[in-house]
Amino acid sequence: MARAPNRISPFNVVSLALGLAFLYLPIVILVIYSFNASRLVTVWGGWSVRWYAELLGDRAMLDAASMSFRVATVSATSATLLGTLAAVALSRGERFRGRTLFSGMLYAPLVMPEVITGLSLLLLFVALNAERGFWTVTIAHTTLTMCFVAVVVQSRLGALDRSLEEAAMDLGCGPARAFLRVTLPLILPAIAAGWMLAFTLSLDDLVIASFTTGPGSATLPIRIYSEVRLGVKPEINAICTLVIGLIAMVIVAASIASKLSGARGDSAAPL
Amino acid sequence: MSIRRTFTRPARISAIAPYLWMALFFLVPFGFVLKISLSQTVIAQPPYAPVFDLAQGWAAIEAALAALSLDNFRLLVTDNLYVLSYLRSLFVAAVSTSILLAIGYPIAYGMARLPRRWQGLVMMLVIVPFWTSFLIRIYAWINILQHDGLLNKVLIALHLVSAPVVWLSTDSAMYLGIVYSYLPFMILPLYATLAKMEPAWLEAAGDLGASPWRTFWLVTFPLSLPGVGAGILLCFIPIVGEFVIPDLLAGSNSMMIGQTLWLEFFTNKDWPVASAAAVVLLLLLLAPLWFYDRLQRRQLEDAR
Repeated sequence: MARAPNRISPFNVVSLALGLAFLYLPIVILVIYSFNASRLVTVWGGWSVRWYAELLGDRAMLDAASMSFRVATVSATSATLLGTLAAVALSRGERFRGRTLFSGMLYAPLVMPEVITGLSLLLLFVALNAERGFWTVTIAHTTLTMCFVAVVVQSRLGALDRSLEEAAMDLGCGPARAFLRVTLPLILPAIAAGWMLAFTLSLDDLVIASFTTGPGSATLPIRIYSEVRLGVKPEINAICTLVIGLIAMVIVAASIASKLSGARGDSAAPL
Repeated sequence: MSIRRTFTRPARISAIAPYLWMALFFLVPFGFVLKISLSQTVIAQPPYAPVFDLAQGWAAIEAALAALSLDNFRLLVTDNLYVLSYLRSLFVAAVSTSILLAIGYPIAYGMARLPRRWQGLVMMLVIVPFWTSFLIRIYAWINILQHDGLLNKVLIALHLVSAPVVWLSTDSAMYLGIVYSYLPFMILPLYATLAKMEPAWLEAAGDLGASPWRTFWLVTFPLSLPGVGAGILLCFIPIVGEFVIPDLLAGSNSMMIGQTLWLEFFTNKDWPVASAAAVVLLLLLLAPLWFYDRLQRRQLEDAR
């Protein structure tokens, strides 16, 4: 008898295990070495938190971190607002004029090479004579990340049972009330996941921020990048571990938020 | 049916703000790139000669049209540096995408065959690295690949090599970094199509006497082609313009176009040439972008 074709085989298990090990091993090694007491990044000198202590004295790094957090918070919030509006328009607006252009403008930035997006935004800011710094980076990040929010929220809206909205309106709700009382609570986990995705993407971006920022206002990735080019340093391991820790907390918060709201875990996941 | 229509109007109105935003900050800037790519380089701040100044009226526009120059584009096609950068970018993207597909498919396939209750967790595990910083993940590899890094230590301890191997600043390191960074982008669309597959189809193929191998090539693989296409485009397009990974991991003797553009812009301060390079890059990516847009639209509109 032929083996049932849809049972999991040893080959499946091995490829999964190797794949996950490949994805996680480098990060785990980075985190472990950030607690290395030795200044030589390749020699293990015992556990220590001295590099974290040294970070506290690094004014430039702290300034960059604060800039990045402010940009990420403001841009994620505006991106969530705009991205959710866009998702609602695309999934509930049926056909409207300029719809093709609209969806094209929302999907293209997801894959557009960042050097192109960054350069074009910079040229716009120069033409507008805008002073480059916090606001230009925030606008650039809003533009990029609202597209991710739109995709995440749109796929949730698409999976939603529309008869709920229709029932609310049959029972006398206006469209605005039906949206606010029925649809919005149901897509809230996706909106939260979208915000967090936008936040981490903004925190992560190097290329677009390099183009759109001005002198004296470096973001954290710009700062890390200029250090990394000079080689591996234990302080960089420490700051990277802090960023990873923060992002891990955001992800845990996101999955708790989606559990609490009773949504199925997979629908709130990004992409 | 009338109910749907009443919900439609407010939904359309909600398009206005994001529409205007994207038009202003995504579409219009391309016009500026095109404009600057046609202007002359000058040593000034900003470093390009304005093509026209509307304040001076029609005469200025006429003068500007006369001054429009294709010099930057001529430079791009005649100077080997640029031609080689474009060719290298396309080549690197094609090779990395093939490796990604070869590695990503078995992983996605394994995910889709896990018991249902495990699938959510494993998908989360694949997504999490995508949330962690790109730069940090590349940096993690520099840690491992450096001269007296972990990889060389392990290889020497296992007696596979006798002296440390140079990994950093090589193409192998760059490919490794690209595959590592883009793997989730390949796995997720593949998993999405593989997970939707009816087990009954595979059983039917098996009942009709096909071996698992034949079942895979005759049923599973053809049905997963939309996922394959999405994965290829999601990886190929951004890799062509990649800057960070080749800059940190590859050697400096040959550059990808993202690096060349960056160099022209930040080091040489030649904005017009950088803009022209961006225009040509965009033209090269137009066809894949168009396919990607169609695919994305079909996927999301099906769900609608």
